[in-house]
Amino acid sequence: MSTQLLKVSGISKSFPGVQALQDVQFELNRGEVLTLVGENGAGKSSLMKILSGIYAKDAGSIVFEGTEVDIDSPKTAQELGISIIHQEMNLMPHLSVAQNIYIGREPRTAGFVNERRLNRQTTELLKRLGITLNPRQTVGELTVAKQQMVEIAKALSFDAKVLIMDEPTSALTDSETETLFALIAALKQNGTGIIYISHRMEELRRIADRVTVLRDGRYIGSLDKGEIDIPTVIEMMVGRHIEEGARPEAREHADDDVVLKVEGLGTRYLLRDINFELRRGEILGFAGLMGAGRTEVARAIIGADPSEGGTIHVQGKKVRIGQPADAVAHGIGYLSEDRKQLGLLLERDVNTNILLASLKDYTGPLGFMRTGKGKQKSKGYVESLRIKTPSINSVTKNLSGGNQQKVVIAKWLARDCDILIFDEPTRGIDVGAKEEIYRLLNELVAQGKSIIMISSELPEVLRLSHRIVVMAGGRITGILDNEDASQAKIMDYATNVADEKE
Amino acid sequence: MNATPVTEQSTRPGVTPPEKQGTALSFLRAKLQQSLAFGTLIVLVIFFSIASNNFFSWSNISSILLATAVIGILALGTTFVIITGGIDLSIGTGMTLAAVMTGIFLVNMELPLIVGVLGGLATGALMGLINGLNIAVLKLPPFIATLAMMMIAQGLALVISGVRPIYFSGVEGFKTIALGTLIPGLPNAVLILFLLAIVAYLLLSKTIFGRYTFAIGSNEEATRLSGVNTRKWLITVYTVAGLFTGFAGVVIAARLDSAQPQIGVGYELQAIAAVIIGGTSLLGGRGSIMGTVIGALIMSVLINGLRIMSIQTEWQNVVVGVVILIAVFTDTLRQRRSIT
Repeated sequence: MSTQLLKVSGISKSFPGVQALQDVQFELNRGEVLTLVGENGAGKSSLMKILSGIYAKDAGSIVFEGTEVDIDSPKTAQELGISIIHQEMNLMPHLSVAQNIYIGREPRTAGFVNERRLNRQTTELLKRLGITLNPRQTVGELTVAKQQMVEIAKALSFDAKVLIMDEPTSALTDSETETLFALIAALKQNGTGIIYISHRMEELRRIADRVTVLRDGRYIGSLDKGEIDIPTVIEMMVGRHIEEGARPEAREHADDDVVLKVEGLGTRYLLRDINFELRRGEILGFAGLMGAGRTEVARAIIGADPSEGGTIHVQGKKVRIGQPADAVAHGIGYLSEDRKQLGLLLERDVNTNILLASLKDYTGPLGFMRTGKGKQKSKGYVESLRIKTPSINSVTKNLSGGNQQKVVIAKWLARDCDILIFDEPTRGIDVGAKEEIYRLLNELVAQGKSIIMISSELPEVLRLSHRIVVMAGGRITGILDNEDASQAKIMDYATNVADEKE
Repeated sequence: MNATPVTEQSTRPGVTPPEKQGTALSFLRAKLQQSLAFGTLIVLVIFFSIASNNFFSWSNISSILLATAVIGILALGTTFVIITGGIDLSIGTGMTLAAVMTGIFLVNMELPLIVGVLGGLATGALMGLINGLNIAVLKLPPFIATLAMMMIAQGLALVISGVRPIYFSGVEGFKTIALGTLIPGLPNAVLILFLLAIVAYLLLSKTIFGRYTFAIGSNEEATRLSGVNTRKWLITVYTVAGLFTGFAGVVIAARLDSAQPQIGVGYELQAIAAVIIGGTSLLGGRGSIMGTVIGALIMSVLINGLRIMSIQTEWQNVVVGVVILIAVFTDTLRQRRSIT
């Protein structure tokens, strides 16, 4: 039998309005770790979903152990021997290790589950894999790393020949990561092929036998073990010829007032020692890979999540923010990345949404609403922001993404917030509307507002931000002036390769 | 802030027509739901008038309205709770405890009428406040928090009264709170229901409190992130529901001229049924006081009509159950359509 396990070529997949994958290819041999890298949205997850039968491919071929296969459902993938371990665990926390591994396939005696045999079977499996775990232990009591071992054991209990791991170390400590790597080495010995998705460059050097790079849904290239070199990989990820888009005009920000100063901010699980300043009239970009902690910084600042330690100064005064209402009272508005779930009351009308944060301004004695005054204000914003809606009484759900975003912006303008935190302001918005949002952000800072903009799109960050904060692993790894920043440099900091520096 | 940014016309015109259509349709549907409940009420009244000669008489209508008063008042308060996406199971026995406390204040302690009545109202409001704190601060699920309060109130009502009814026979004027007729022919209890309905309508539709009630029910987290102190407003919602429970306690005590510690269980479910029949969504974010009043009337017309037609009590329950199923089914059908 040849050593080739899997050969994927010409894979394309499109979703309405997006070409997620175009002519992608890779190969995987027995006993090999293939590392798949790419920026957020490069198409890694879509590709893995096609392999595991969650999505159907539009074109291309998958050859598994020498025969072309059609993976039309997760069950087919499982039967072939392709297992995936998702970033989010799919375990039932209240069941035991053994019950989780063999769920739906429990050994039975006369219709009853044979717990003894189930546990014995599990013990044998774990022993074979070299995992030390008690089959009877409840999964919820295990550490995240141990839970991951359970997931791996479960995947391999199906006799998986190909194991896909989606950022397996994102929730692990260093020593737990070592344990995982040891397990991966053992699996390689057994001939299992592993597809390992990661953002962490240092891991590439440790475990990869080969690296395949995707960018914008396209196959960029592969490097074999001897050729793996981090700067080369990063260059492949961001593209050698990055078209240098427009940049903001250089501004003398050194002597502008500091409107927001964050010192030593941390949270229980992720953030550590966050320090930065936001100046009046500035757009401060926050870049980083998924899970770097950018949204968490925003939520900790506005009091949506509890923070541990740290101080926040607004306009030079130290403030205590325990809940979002306090943040808003100090003039800080947060525009969530998840507009539909966290930004809007989708079932309610545009008017209600625009006035939600400032209702108190339109309230008379005894709490009675001054409806007319409020509606006039809403209408004003619908006109000035050019929100496309039949009327202010239309249900917000029916608006397009760009117009919904404008409704959220109008909400904070109506509240007269001086500090606006935009989390992924153009996510899910089409190109034309994007330009409009960019223009809007620039106009807001021109009027003296200050903006923190969290974005996963590097061209967007470079185009708008006067300064750029780069985060990785819950820490700030670098703060760059726009003039000194480039996509490659940001990726350097975001993947934590460069030395920490201010 | 007047200096709002000006942006150029978007590059995509032509998105408006389908939206316009959608909103007009959904507006029509909302009207339809209101008129559906109202239509059902009319149909029931006509049906029972034909089925029995005794139904459509002023004395029977007056007794239907009187029977609606207590459930109706409970339903008004709980409408706010259900619009936030919560539930209040403690209103039935809470009403009983408020009635018993009114008896203690007026009969045992011989306090002035107005003080005793205010004490009864305060009892209800206090229970609501505790519910609100448990739900908004301790983050207990509303079902559990109010289930516990339901049992606590029931137990306290029995303990405090010594499992015996408290009679108000010596208290001058107490009975007239429910049975007097400020408007000739109309019991005061009904008048109180209508006045409270107007207050509830104004609260829900015209005040900031009502706006936040709907906002929390639509999306509590988005509302919180908009800088609304959702904790405070949730506590207020449950306290208001408790206050209405207090009103129901005083009215039922006055109507029976006694505080009966054994009754109360089951009232909460009837009140919730009235709210649901009236088109308020158990998922939160949608509902109206008008709907609740109609829902409460549908319940009492049904029960009264079936009784007049000499249908056994047991069967009356079956019919009411079926009506609730139909009402909720119609509602989910409507929602399913509006999603697509």
